[in-house]
Amino acid sequence: MSAQALPSGTSASLAASRRRLLVESAGIAISSGGFGLVYGLAARHAGFSPVEAVAMSVLVFAGASQFAAVGLVSGGLAWPGVVLVTALLNARHLLYSAALAPWLRHLGRGRRAAMAYVLTDESFALSIAHFQRIGHDDEVGYWIGAIASTWIPWNVMTLVGAALGGEVADPSRFGLDVVFPAAMAGLAVGLVTGRRELVAAVAGAGVAVPLGLAIGPTAGIVAGGLVGPLAGMLAGPRPAAEAGPGPRATLLDDARAAVDPPDEAGLP
Amino acid sequence: MSVGLVALAALMGAVTYPSRATPLLAPWVERLPAGARLYLRLVGPAVLSALAAADVMVGTAGGHPVFHVGIEWLAVAASVILVAWRRNLFLGLIVGVVLVAGARALGLA
Repeated sequence: MSAQALPSGTSASLAASRRRLLVESAGIAISSGGFGLVYGLAARHAGFSPVEAVAMSVLVFAGASQFAAVGLVSGGLAWPGVVLVTALLNARHLLYSAALAPWLRHLGRGRRAAMAYVLTDESFALSIAHFQRIGHDDEVGYWIGAIASTWIPWNVMTLVGAALGGEVADPSRFGLDVVFPAAMAGLAVGLVTGRRELVAAVAGAGVAVPLGLAIGPTAGIVAGGLVGPLAGMLAGPRPAAEAGPGPRATLLDDARAAVDPPDEAGLP
Repeated sequence: MSVGLVALAALMGAVTYPSRATPLLAPWVERLPAGARLYLRLVGPAVLSALAAADVMVGTAGGHPVFHVGIEWLAVAASVILVAWRRNLFLGLIVGVVLVAGARALGLA
């Protein structure tokens, strides 16, 4: 199986780029483990059993939506609402997947399907940078970035947090109930990379609160998530005016704009 | 040990996986219109801020939504400021948790 080469402008050696990838992955792994621990604790605080907390990490493997689910389930939201919020939050993965597709299209469908399971903000950021450094794709490098940086630490530390969480008698005494809103707000800040994102965030909150008070939190959150992006789209020039040199460049720019900044990485 | 939420996790995984896999398995998605891509890019900040705002500002009393004001506002604001300033979400979370725990320990909240 030959690697897919795409124009990149740079071509570091494969070994050197993999070494750099490992160093970057190690840094993210520490943060990812910390978040996994906090998620495990928060899930137990919300009434999840250790099996449920770990199952969510393994089956969903998307930190923001898992934190959201913990808060929404403990708030009594019905499952369809939780699933809808999950779908909205994780829709950004479409951009990452589409940006990686040209590099990986020569691989078999089964391999690509497996690679999709571990596609996160971190694995995208690490692998696209690695591919661009070496000027072609590297399946081993992708797995290093995805598994070592996030999957293992996130799931192992979820298990640790879920196990420890049961030992904490009154978690709200330790402020753990604020983890959910603080994580959501902090992640939103990380995604605000321009005026449009800022307007979308402010509009999302601005719609969610009054509607939440008038109808209920679920309706407010869903409406905020749907209306916020429309407000953001109105806050700048038309997308075509921002287009890069070609479809792939534009798609990559979109995906990069959607990914967490590297030093906030760690949440799958 | 309860396992009821495993089914919810499976459903969440079922709606997450297609967004990860579809463009990799069906390359036509690469050609999404620019407007659709921009909307997708903006969904993240909008949903996350809606979740945070609704959680700290909308409480319930007698089964009805009510406007809530509490130490959580300060904690979330501190987290947001730290994340914006230091670009470190984990630090923001720790400070938010310590602030709330400290205020409760001192009987201020």
